[in-house]
Amino acid sequence: MNYIIPQSELKVVGTRPVRPDGVDKVTGRATFGADMTLAGMIWGKMLRSPHAHARIVAIDTSRALALPGVRAVVTAADFPDIASEEAFVGEGPMNFRDLSRNCLARDKVLYEGHAVAAVAAASQSVAEAALDLIDVTYEVLPHVIDVEAAMAAGAPILHEDMFTVGIEPKPTKPSNIAKRVAFAKGDAEAGFREADVIVEGRYTTQPVHQAYIEPHACLAQVAADGQAHIYSSTQGQFMVRAYCAKVLGWEIADIRSYPMEIGGGFGGKTLVYLEPVALALARKAGRPVKMVMTREEVFRASGPTSGAVIEVKIGARRDGSIVAAREVLKYQAGAFAGSPIGPGCMCGFAMYDLPNVDVVGYDVVSNRPKVAAYRAPGAPITSFAVESAMDDLARKLKIDPLALREMNGARDGSKTHYGVTHRDIGFLATLEAARSHPHYSAPLKPGQGRGVACGFWFNIGGESSGAVHVNEDGSISVVSGNPDIGGSRASMAMMAAEVLGVPIEHVRPIVGDTASIGFSHLTGGSRVTFATGMAVTQAAERVVDQLKQRAAQIWEIPAEAVEWKDGKAYPAGLNAGAFEPLSLAQIALKAGRTGGPISSEVTLNAQGAGPGFGCHICDVEVDSETGHVKILRYTAVQDVGKAIHPSYVEGQIQGGAAQGIGWALNEEYIYDKDGKMENAGFLDYRVPVASDLPLIEAVMVEVPNPRHPFGVRGVGEVPIVPPMAAVANAIRAATGLRMPDLPISPPKLRAALDAASGAKAA
Amino acid sequence: MPSLNYAAPTSVQEAVALLAGAAGLAKPMAGGTDLLVQLRSGRLKPELIVDTKQIPGMIGIREEAGGFVIGGATSGAMLEAHAALKAAWPGVVEAMDLIGSEQIQGRASLAGNLCNASPAADSVPAMIAAAAVAVIVGPKGERTVPVESIVVSPGRTSLARDEFILAIRLPPRPAHSGDAYLRFIPRTEMDIAVVGCGVNVTLDAAGVCTAARVSVGAVAPTPLLVAEAGAALVGHTLDEATLAKLDAAARAACKPISDKRGTIEYRIKVAGVLARRAAAIAFERAAGRVAKGH
Repeated sequence: MNYIIPQSELKVVGTRPVRPDGVDKVTGRATFGADMTLAGMIWGKMLRSPHAHARIVAIDTSRALALPGVRAVVTAADFPDIASEEAFVGEGPMNFRDLSRNCLARDKVLYEGHAVAAVAAASQSVAEAALDLIDVTYEVLPHVIDVEAAMAAGAPILHEDMFTVGIEPKPTKPSNIAKRVAFAKGDAEAGFREADVIVEGRYTTQPVHQAYIEPHACLAQVAADGQAHIYSSTQGQFMVRAYCAKVLGWEIADIRSYPMEIGGGFGGKTLVYLEPVALALARKAGRPVKMVMTREEVFRASGPTSGAVIEVKIGARRDGSIVAAREVLKYQAGAFAGSPIGPGCMCGFAMYDLPNVDVVGYDVVSNRPKVAAYRAPGAPITSFAVESAMDDLARKLKIDPLALREMNGARDGSKTHYGVTHRDIGFLATLEAARSHPHYSAPLKPGQGRGVACGFWFNIGGESSGAVHVNEDGSISVVSGNPDIGGSRASMAMMAAEVLGVPIEHVRPIVGDTASIGFSHLTGGSRVTFATGMAVTQAAERVVDQLKQRAAQIWEIPAEAVEWKDGKAYPAGLNAGAFEPLSLAQIALKAGRTGGPISSEVTLNAQGAGPGFGCHICDVEVDSETGHVKILRYTAVQDVGKAIHPSYVEGQIQGGAAQGIGWALNEEYIYDKDGKMENAGFLDYRVPVASDLPLIEAVMVEVPNPRHPFGVRGVGEVPIVPPMAAVANAIRAATGLRMPDLPISPPKLRAALDAASGAKAA
Repeated sequence: MPSLNYAAPTSVQEAVALLAGAAGLAKPMAGGTDLLVQLRSGRLKPELIVDTKQIPGMIGIREEAGGFVIGGATSGAMLEAHAALKAAWPGVVEAMDLIGSEQIQGRASLAGNLCNASPAADSVPAMIAAAAVAVIVGPKGERTVPVESIVVSPGRTSLARDEFILAIRLPPRPAHSGDAYLRFIPRTEMDIAVVGCGVNVTLDAAGVCTAARVSVGAVAPTPLLVAEAGAALVGHTLDEATLAKLDAAARAACKPISDKRGTIEYRIKVAGVLARRAAAIAFERAAGRVAKGH
């Protein structure tokens, strides 16, 4: 493989320097979305629907506008009614018409918490009082929450103009099924006829929220000439700029978007909720407007990822070779079309080399908040079902579950059912590392159980920009256009330092606003260290070329006769002449006299992202009297390509596993009969707390991606894919019970245990 | 715009006068860990908050006539740090200690937990099992009321609007006594009890139970004193049959609802489980063998 620097000579990449954003964060100096203020700033608040589904008959804002201190009120009437137009945001489909109607409801409210109107006022309390003075007349409509109920004939229809795409002939009646997708390879029917053993199951998962600690927040300012500034907590400043322009009908160049420090995103900040509304309020009020969601608003009106129903069937020969696999997936999209059903259909069987596969998926709307991307969107859901079924298959065949996966695992050249052929992948190496890890053979006590499960994610590349500037004193600024949600500042600085041959302490990474760096696709798809890292690496290489040229000029020798090593220019060999080496700082000092500033900005569209694979091992202990599941030990093995900063990679793996464990055991949305969410807060929406989890051991397997200068693969999404099945398989081992419905909460498990012991007694 | 007044009187008389004299809703505040949340959420819109922490006797723990007197605004952290109290009433102290985070422990109090009147309050079943009494002050002076008579329904107490709790009294401890409190939550901390159970026992020299009080929480509109469950223990050691009777008595007392935190069926089953487990710890403690709670 052709890496820019041989792996054995790396000095910075692969080490664990202090994080460049660390001091600001631990001292509270970092400026997050809600921390920004501007002179004359006022506050915006959102009025939200109390109904799950209703027609908006009338909105009367006159009483609110009459309240002293109120500066502006906006509704959908203040925005252009834009036409249906697909936009691609990296981690899931998005339609601008739907986006606009999600920011402020037009004609109908489609879920409890749907934004209806917004107020800007002198203070938060005046704005809140004004919300009570907006009179909305609703005609309440029947609603539907459950995905299969929404698909059933006679279900309340959310969108009269939604006709299922992907079925022939074209339907004549509107439906809540936005889309049917199908993938096939070989002949599944014929395959099942060859099977000696078949496992089948029906699995359900609940929607889960990304549960970022920082609620959505922004500050908008619009000048009299229409020039606008928007500061927000987001995964993509360029996305905010483009989406706001689209929703408001403005020109992109009129908006400058600043990414604030971000308190977690996990995919949930890859779209806009408040930003266009704050800009509209700011324009109307003539004042900067700040909007900050409450935690309750975050739950009722943003995220989550889909809940789903998945049916899976796998057939194998007695020797363990899988001959056929089938999956039917029904994903909730929330109020507007666009669940991650596509990746859901692809990821479940992507890890295996299968001759016959048949997968059908449905994208289904219901009266819930529109789903947003969440770490490996769609993959954890499908993998919960497939990896549970694989565990059942291994039991039925009496084959070790990792051996079964090794036997059928994808390798170089394996063709997936969605048409892609795997190249340079590390799945088998990952399985081998899991199998040889001491955890896998450690003894267990009675009442305890061990489960394993695997996961896959594509990872993406895409458009990125990176700039490397040599400052007058020889220090380095590295500017990129991607908000740092997983340690990208550290990895950008490290890759630049490696290429330049300078200590990391002299490199300052900066996340630029939309006017400070070229276009960059948002932070998502585990793309930044790969794609933006590629741009930064190339920019650093160009800077090295410039530095060599400047040294050549100073020495009056040809540029080809200069070598760059350890941050210094050397004459290349004896023929080049006898010169004392020139340090980067010495060259920088003379830059003005040798041709001007030394700097390079590279923009590219990175291709060749390498997919990632994970294998998790989980031990549990089940309290059979309360149904409580304790995670005793957890090991997450993952092919990470090349870990630029290993601590960050381990952190990503641990974080993904922790979120997946929450998804497995306790996280769920609870609705009352009127379609209102009952647990919109962290007290009753139960993400794991620190004491719920053991130290999650992250094991990095480095199978480099040959299409990146340092061998990088995305690492942030794979680790949330295996945990639900790993936990469920461990519970299966501890109790003998297959738990097909998430979350496996204590009441559910206790009831299942009672039913099983009742059945045994009877 | 609504306005909110705050007063921090330095005597009981002054506090009572403020509470009685307010035109709108007036709320006494000890640690404020429940009150401030209700204020912020908009659920409660008081006109006046009377902070009771400046009143002599409201903060502190003293031993009196073999028992303990705990000031109404004494924090959970202070209880946890009081060695003698912890030795005598480990169940009460651990119940209080389960509430909230470190920060909350620096403010939250037994009396506040009681007056919030949640059916799921952690310290209340432990106090009921301990036969604790509340010292209530008001315009007519002082009165003492058993803790089990304070909460009348979710969010409501038997206190008048111009009354508040000055102190909680825990009775003297006979030899061979022990108490314990256990709660069930889906997580390990930072949660609200799905079921809670406090058990307090006294044994004779042979280890036979001579007195017992059992209280369950989060399984009825108010925390319950379950006399039948206590009776199931008296006259017995903790053998299988006694445990089964205790389990059945605890379950029989439950009148829970199904809600986002648990189903009726589940809560009833777990009440029996916790009664057995808490009783086992209380017996161990009473017998002088150290046992740690949940």
